[in-house]
Amino acid sequence: MYCEECLKRPATVHLTKIQNNKKTELHLCEECARRHHEIPFNFEPNFSIHKFLTGLLEGSPLEVAPVATPQCPKCKLTYRQFGQVGRFGCNQCYEAFEKWLGPLFRRVQGNSQHGGKVPRRAGGKLRFKQEIERLREELQSAVRAEAYERAAELRDRIRALEQKLK
Amino acid sequence: MSIQKHLNTAYTKWMEGTGPYSHIVISSRIRLARNLADFLFPHLQSPEQAREVFSLGRKALDTPGVQQKIGPLAFITMDELSSLDRQILVEKHLISPQHAQNEGEGRGLIMRDDEAVSIMVNEEDHFRIQVLFPALQLEAAWELAGQVDDLVESKLHYAYDEQYGYLTCCPTNVGTGLRASVMMHLPALVMTNQASRVFTALAKLGFVVRGLYGEGTEAKGNLFQISNQITLGPREEEINGNLTAVSRQVIEQEEQAREDLQKEKLTQLEDRIFRSYGILSNAYILSSEEAMGLLSNLRLGVDLGLVRNVDTKTLNELLVRTRPAFLQKMAGKEMDAFNRDFKRAGIIREALAGS
Repeated sequence: MYCEECLKRPATVHLTKIQNNKKTELHLCEECARRHHEIPFNFEPNFSIHKFLTGLLEGSPLEVAPVATPQCPKCKLTYRQFGQVGRFGCNQCYEAFEKWLGPLFRRVQGNSQHGGKVPRRAGGKLRFKQEIERLREELQSAVRAEAYERAAELRDRIRALEQKLK
Repeated sequence: MSIQKHLNTAYTKWMEGTGPYSHIVISSRIRLARNLADFLFPHLQSPEQAREVFSLGRKALDTPGVQQKIGPLAFITMDELSSLDRQILVEKHLISPQHAQNEGEGRGLIMRDDEAVSIMVNEEDHFRIQVLFPALQLEAAWELAGQVDDLVESKLHYAYDEQYGYLTCCPTNVGTGLRASVMMHLPALVMTNQASRVFTALAKLGFVVRGLYGEGTEAKGNLFQISNQITLGPREEEINGNLTAVSRQVIEQEEQAREDLQKEKLTQLEDRIFRSYGILSNAYILSSEEAMGLLSNLRLGVDLGLVRNVDTKTLNELLVRTRPAFLQKMAGKEMDAFNRDFKRAGIIREALAGS
């Protein structure tokens, strides 16, 4: 479709006006549209990642699920507010909104399990857990390969680590 | 240690102009987002809490032991600085434009003497640990950032979760909290109309391409910043490794394009480079945009060995010395656009005559 005014450029702005039950349509290119007084050209000037995230939250099952919107007990941010600002209020928000975060993270990050650095203090146990996880995988492949001696060795190491966790 | 030194000199570590692939890669950056478990995230905390976070950060790092390990540090609160001074820190890439705008209390900066390490306090997250190195050196930058991170963590309790890793204010940073980025000069890809194709490919691989000053800025002077998008899932080493590998690919493409230009359009290329050199050496009025474009051409001439008496370090310094806030700082007064353009041309003429 070409612009109805200059008839040269493709029409990219489509205007529908309903006045006294009468509908008129106008198809213009951007340049003619800018000249056209009737059309307010309002662009949102400040694109922000948070507003963009808000868009991702909408229309997903996250928004409709909770009847009473859950609230973080620590910072009092509600899930609805989180949806509006796209930012968490504190570390406990992650726990408070946990049920709905999986889909969000899979959408934003393609993933929902951290695989990187573990801090020495805050993540003391996680270090062992990650090691146990790794050893269990090794154990399974050892069993599959019928390498029972190796498997027994791995089993003992896992047990030792599990003791440390307690 | 006085902050004035940092505000009066443009030169900073990333401008060295040496290191792997420095003919294309200007700088490498590692940024770690970290929060404290016992405080609300900066956008919800009170001014008192914000000040406490800054003083906790200061306490953790302002010790002889720490500074012996990572070097002398300066501790600055944003309210000590004029808005012009804050803008200078943005132009040197030491803080984000957002951090400069925010005038809330408790916002601060912890910075190493050579400016290679800078920690924004109470930006979007409590701490944003940043390491900025010249050329393609993500691994080295990650190592240093990790060291600083360990030192902070040894004294303070981070917000961390076994499933989600380091908990950040924005869901796009959660997990590693790591944003790795590489600043590249890609004039030949732009001249040969290949840049957008390369960037589309990068996007498919999960990397974002931005302009010179990060989020929401346009690419001027053919300078592009490539960074990882995903922060949750992969290990830090994987993220850095992937970005390094991808950067090498882009470097190869740029090198190829430069070679093609030299083979097929040498005269036009030389004309463009020396014409730019001529204008930069002689003009009396230069807008920021014009200067960036001409400096890009001159940089290409230097990298190709066509222009011999200008060095990369001078060009890197000019990137910052010709920015609006820095010009005004040097002049010691506020200037309108015309006077800035006049001053800019003068600084460039002088720098090129002296080198």
